[in-house]
Amino acid sequence: MSTIGSTLPPYATALGIHIDREEDGMPVLAVDFTDRMMGRPGFLHGGAMSGLMEMAAVAALRAEMERRGENMRLKPVNVQVEFMRGGTQQVTYALGNVTRAGRRVALVNAEAWQDDRKRPIALAQMKILLSPIDGE
Amino acid sequence: MSEVSAPKSLHDLPPGSVFDPARAAKLMTRHGHGGWLGLTYHAHGTGWMELALPWREELVGVAETGVLASGPIISLMDNATSMSVWALCGKFVPHATLDLRVDYMRAAVPGRTVIGRGECYKLTRTISFIRGIAHDGDPEDPVAHVTGTFMATHGTYL
Repeated sequence: MSTIGSTLPPYATALGIHIDREEDGMPVLAVDFTDRMMGRPGFLHGGAMSGLMEMAAVAALRAEMERRGENMRLKPVNVQVEFMRGGTQQVTYALGNVTRAGRRVALVNAEAWQDDRKRPIALAQMKILLSPIDGE
Repeated sequence: MSEVSAPKSLHDLPPGSVFDPARAAKLMTRHGHGGWLGLTYHAHGTGWMELALPWREELVGVAETGVLASGPIISLMDNATSMSVWALCGKFVPHATLDLRVDYMRAAVPGRTVIGRGECYKLTRTISFIRGIAHDGDPEDPVAHVTGTFMATHGTYL
């Protein structure tokens, strides 16, 4: 049923980022700890963690647009990432939450966690510009 | 003293050891996420560091257009700004990114190598303040601006 999976770009699939499940219609992304995800030895790279959360934010927004029956082109404006804990050698999850999606701009939060959902390792807040795709 | 083997990773270097940007970049970009991205050393000076991110199909964020994903840009800037801190204090101090903000001016042109220039503009004992730009040929027309902070985790910057 989910068409969201098909929207994960080459960057995401190359890192092993995939849709683990859906929660309230929003995709939960997951990625295994591999050498490709590693920064300092034994820990997740901050940029890789950010990339995962951005993918989760965009996937959440696409799911929301789909629910509304709108086909929009998404353009990232900016992202603010807070790193709270070092990511260790285990599966990392990320879920986006559309805080506000108007006609032109959307604000989406995302968080990443590992074994304890209540102890996120990082947060991201992303602003995304929306524009209608002509002819569709 | 036992013989010290050549470090395989930047983090094998003892905290506080003299920072050699070109050598460190080679260590940092050979393994792990930086190695996978294909980051390479570009240039450095006191308090600044430049790394290069060559375009590659695997790093694309929109398959139809070939535009790089934003993740690789963040990682490029995380690494370049991280190293700019050591390029300012002159020594290797293990640290962690506290936060990073990226403003995307425009999409990088598909096929072009992106240069990430990180700059450390203030050091305190435990916090470093950084900023930087990413561009794909013309520094006057950046792809992204970044700003953020790092925190020393072992030892101090000053």
